[in-house]
Order: sequence, then structure tokens, then C-alpha cells
Amino acid sequence: MDVLKRIPVAEQDPEIRAHNFDEVCLGYTKEEAMKEAQRCIGCKNAQCIKGCPVAIQIPDFIAKIKEGNFEEAYHVISESSSLPAVCGRVCPQENQCEGKCIRGIKGDAISIGKLERFVADYALEHDLMPSKPESFLGKKVAVIGSGPAGLTCAGDLAKLGYQVTVFEALHELGGVLVYGIPEFRLPKHRVVAKEIQKLKSLGVQFETNVIVGKSVTIDELFEEGFDAVFVGSGAGLPKFMGIPGENANGVYSANEYLTRSNLMKACNDEYDTPMIAGKKVAVVGGGNVAMDAARTALRLGAEVHIVYRRSEAELPARAEEVHHAKEEGIVFDLLTNPVEILVDDIGNVKAMKCVKMVLGEPDASGRRRPVVQPGSEFDMEVDTVIMSLGTSPNPLISSTTEGLEVSKWKCIVADESGRTSKSGVYAGGDAVTGAATVILAMGAGKQAASAIHEDLKSK
Amino acid sequence: MFQIVKCKLLADKIYLMDVKAPRVAKRCLPGQFVIVKMDEKGERIPLTICDYDREKETVTIVFQIAGASTYKMSQLKEGDSFQDFVGPLGRASELCEESIESLKQKKILFVAGGVGAAPVYPQVKYLHGLGVDADVICGSKTKDLLILEEEMRAVSANYYPCTDDGSYGHAGLVTGKIEALVNEGKQYDLVVAIGPVIMMKFVSLVTKKLGIKTIVSMNPIMVDGTGMCGACRLQVGNEVKFACVDGPEFDGHLVDFDQAMARQRIYKTLEGRAMLKEIEGETHHGGCGHCGGEH
Repeated sequence: MDVLKRIPVAEQDPEIRAHNFDEVCLGYTKEEAMKEAQRCIGCKNAQCIKGCPVAIQIPDFIAKIKEGNFEEAYHVISESSSLPAVCGRVCPQENQCEGKCIRGIKGDAISIGKLERFVADYALEHDLMPSKPESFLGKKVAVIGSGPAGLTCAGDLAKLGYQVTVFEALHELGGVLVYGIPEFRLPKHRVVAKEIQKLKSLGVQFETNVIVGKSVTIDELFEEGFDAVFVGSGAGLPKFMGIPGENANGVYSANEYLTRSNLMKACNDEYDTPMIAGKKVAVVGGGNVAMDAARTALRLGAEVHIVYRRSEAELPARAEEVHHAKEEGIVFDLLTNPVEILVDDIGNVKAMKCVKMVLGEPDASGRRRPVVQPGSEFDMEVDTVIMSLGTSPNPLISSTTEGLEVSKWKCIVADESGRTSKSGVYAGGDAVTGAATVILAMGAGKQAASAIHEDLKSK
Repeated sequence: MFQIVKCKLLADKIYLMDVKAPRVAKRCLPGQFVIVKMDEKGERIPLTICDYDREKETVTIVFQIAGASTYKMSQLKEGDSFQDFVGPLGRASELCEESIESLKQKKILFVAGGVGAAPVYPQVKYLHGLGVDADVICGSKTKDLLILEEEMRAVSANYYPCTDDGSYGHAGLVTGKIEALVNEGKQYDLVVAIGPVIMMKFVSLVTKKLGIKTIVSMNPIMVDGTGMCGACRLQVGNEVKFACVDGPEFDGHLVDFDQAMARQRIYKTLEGRAMLKEIEGETHHGGCGHCGGEH
């Protein structure tokens, strides 16, 4: 065995998976996981932990895998993470734990994400549960939103002995884990629902169909007897480009396209929500959500193009997602920017007028600014356009909560520990940062849980 | 689960239901809407609130069979439940923010078309409760399809029914009645028009000519109803607005109705097929054009 090389993980063949929604990565077997774990040198001053937003004791759990003691490995992880089966799948490990791994200097970093996933899946299969609190503290916390930030905060507080109620606006629990991230990256029934079930077994209560800010306000939650409120309400309103033709039939936000497919299961005939998947689809944008939308459209039978105004080096999506998308046959039209959506006489998309771009001087983000190449205009024939340009904050909570400070971008203002300008109210995740990743939201949920504990135990 | 405590057929294919929904009933105001979902596989259907009873904790919805989902909903009976019922969504009518004094100085005309009478009713009732009188025009194709007449008469100053076929009240379209009233010397400061998009379009054209400010309530295609999906976007003046969070009520003189009508057609064919499947079962409904439909 070459210690510099990681043990490869089995994946569904690209040609087959392009036509199904089953998970792409099949995960390690016991043998593979134990072999990969052997490569970890168990650093005393482990850099990987510093790269993890929820500070999982990574060398410790890997040491347990080495011994074949997967149950113990799970308990090490669950001390820090409430959703390991999710993180093992969707975290950008290359910029976090694995990015810091010493092994990665000369060879491949330890496959920490895949090992975490292996342990978490082992726990799901064997119904291993996180340890319950020894006693209840008699204090109630409301968590708004059942996405990664909310679930993490709820899990941590429940483990500490708080009585936690999670309010979800949609009819199903999980937030972006169920409406946004597709099945082939994150199985809903086998993984997300089971992780939520674990929180229920810890005593966390859930109420769906409650839109805080509309069905009830934060101040009313305090009147209902909650001692603290955590806002993890997520990203919000999809952005559009503001180009002509954008309201034509056949133009979707990535949120709408993914919600129809993932949450409403619109492409399954047994479900009532309609969906037109498209035959030739352009996805505008280069982030993880763009990759998810593109790979969904592909599986629904479309020819799919990613249209992105910068070059490959600037694609904000995880390298693994870009790699998978390419393997599956998605075409990348880089340095290309739409300027108009062309519409037929009954209001349907018929093409997208684009221009070619070249990279100029670096802009405020440090990335080279794309500038239009003169005379480069051309029409791309498409019947569907999916705009994946990020989101702007949802005003439902900030506009109905007196004393809750928002930034000029309308994000809720919270310090590193999640404390907001309003006493007893904490916030984290996309509602604070704008669109980011699952693990950053989880990190924020975790921070807020510890701040809530600190503040409430002294009361 | 959200139980249906009352269920009533108002007219052909038009149903009224009172649904037990404590959180919604406690906070909703005229102009807002709810999203209902029948069961696990159902669609999320936005419906503007028709009435509410804060004590009984019920919310009244009215719907017309328009596709497979509303057909299935029409099969529900008293005692059955919706799996999901969420709200109140959207912004309340602007009238709810005005003071009684200012409302009392206004002459308001409501114009309802078809099931649009349902969302108009709580607004007129709200004003009536404040001692503010408003006139109401209610249009329908024919007398039998006119809904909530008794309820509306009880809360409006003047009630003007209109039927396309002349079977009851003013014979002709609501736009004709608006013009007739103004020609008779009636003066209005505000028109609130709720009904089919085509009706709201023509009402807005007439009131623009007459110089009367007009509010319309849009009910476009939606998925989540909380601002997340953007399916309900509308062109309003120079801006793109989301009906679910910015509306559902907008200035009728600024809405691009033609675009809104085009967007409503997106799933027409799919919905038609789904409804036939629901009613006729898993047959080769309508046939393929070759076999005569028997397979």
C-alpha cells in the first residue's frame, strides 16, 4: 500500500448515474475505511480539527476506525456534530479538514469526509443514537428553521438538557437538505430523515407549517414561554439577472427547479406538482447550487450547459461537484454571459443571447473581473434557463421583529457567537452570512447553542 | 393535520371550507393567503383567505375545480383533514393599515369576478366592521355561478350583481357596470378588483381611463409561498415583484397582465392531463388520435 495515496472510493459509473437519482458516491466498505484510517498519523497538534467548523476530534475518531471500533468512532463524532451523515457527504473538506491535513503536503490528504460518512452510515444502519442528557434543565428554546443551522443548534441544546422546539415553514423538515440538495448527493429517506429522527429521540420537538414572522412573531414566541430563540431561517429570495425576457415561461430560479424536483418530487408521476424539465437547458452560474440544478436537469433527460461568466479557475463550486458534472456529460460554457432571453410568440423561451467574456484586472473579491469581448454576441438555442445566481435575505423575520438589527444587505447582524442586537435572540447560517455552505451553517448553529447555554445557565 | 369543520358547495364546481388552523386564524388579515396541501403527494395550492373566526380558530377558503389537485380537494368532506395548511402569507390589504377616519373619507368600489368574490368578501366585511361603507360589483357568467351574494349584501352599501348572460342583475361585464355607475354620477377614490387576470386587466384599463386608483390581487403559480422559489414573479412597473412576499395586492395600473396570463399557462397541458387521469382513471384518456380512445 502506498501511504501517499488515498484508498479510492467506489462511485456509480457516470453513464449509468446520468440517468438515475441514486447516490453517486457509494462510500467505503469496512475494509476500505480501516485501510484508509491506517494512513492517518494521528498528529498531536492536529491541523484538521482547526479546519473543521464544528471541531470534530478527527484523529480520535480515525483511531477508533483503525481499531475497527466503529461505534466508538461514532460517539467521538457525535460529541461535535449532530449531522455527520450529512457532513460526510456535502462538506467542502478540501478547503477544511482535508485541506489542512499534513499528509496532503506530500501526497493525498486523508479522506476524512469519506471516513466520517462511513462512520455515520454505520451508525444509521445500526441505529446508534447520540447519548441522551442526564437531566432536563427546565428551559425552553425555539429554533426557527430546520435546515443545517437549526438542526445543529437544536441537537446541541437537546444534548445539554434544553427543551427544544423547531419551527419549520415548509411541510417537510430539513430545509436546504431536502428542498435544495438533490437525492444523488444526499439521500433524503436513508440519511436526512434518519438524522432528524435521531434528534427526535433526543427529545427535540418539531412543528411544520409555521412561518415565523407571519404565523407567529419572535416576540410572541417569548410570550409562549421560550427563554431563547435561534434564527436559522436560511437564505431567502432568489436573485435574477435583470435582463430582458427573464420572466418568460421556461426561466426558473435554481431554487424553484430544485424545489419542484427534490421537495415536491414533481417528476414522479405519483406526485401532483407539475414540472417541465426541459430538453436543452442552460444553467447560469457556477456554484454548488448551479451544479445541483444542472445535474438534476441532466437526469431528467436534458442536454445541459453551465453558463458562467468567469473561467474554470473561478468556479465557486466544489472541485468534486465540477468533476462529477463533467464526467456525467454537462457542457461548460465558460467566459460566457447571457444578455437577453429570447422568447417565442406565446411567451416561451427559445434561445439565450450571450456574449463572450475575457478576464481583466482583479476586482474587489480578488478574482479577475470578466469584461465583455466586443462583437462576440451569439444566440444559444435553449428551451429552459435556470438562474443560479445566489439569493438575497428574506425580510419576513427582520421586518416583523423589533430591535433586530440587519446589515445594509438585509442580513441579520450577529456576532461570532450568534448573539444578535435583541436580547435572547441568536442567529446563524445563511440568514446571517448570505448564501454559504451547510457546514458553515452548522458551525454557526453550534456556536449559537453554546452562547445560548452560557447565557441561560447564568439566568 | 388541519381539520375541515365545514364544507359547502357554493355553485357548480365552487366549494367553501372552514378549516381549523389556530395559528393562521389568530393572525390573518384580509388580503392574505394560505397554502394548502392535501396529503403527502399533493401540490402546495395558494388560496386567498375568504373569512376567519379568531374564536373558533377557523379560516375559510373558497376554491373552484381547475385541475387534478382542486378536483381531489373537492372530494374532501367535513371531518377530513388537510395534511398542511400554512399562513397567513403575503401582505394584508393596504386598507388594514389605514385609520378609520381616512377610510371613512374614501369612496371605495370592490369589483369581484367569479371566485374572486371570496377574497373580496373579508375586505368589505372588515370595512363594514369599522363602519365604513363600500360598494360591491360581483360578476359571474350566469346567475347560478354567483357566490356569497347574501353574505356580501349584508356588509356592502350597494351590491351590484352582473351576469355575462343577463340572467341576473346588470347584463354584461363588470367593466360596463363600473362605467355605468360613474356615468350615473357615482364617484370613487379607489377600486379593488379581484378575479380572473383578464378581468383585472380590463378593469384596470377602464379605471385608468377614469383616473381611479386601482388595487388588484394576483394569484400566480407558486411553490413555497415564502419568497424562496420566485415562480410567482410579476412585472410591476419597472420592477420584478414576488407576489408571495411583495403582494399579493399590487397597483393595477402597473401590473403587466399579459405576461401574468402567459405565465399562468405554463402547466396548462400537464394540469389538463392530470385532471383527466384523476377523473377517468388510468385509461388512455382521449385516445392518441389513432385508436379512438378505447385502449
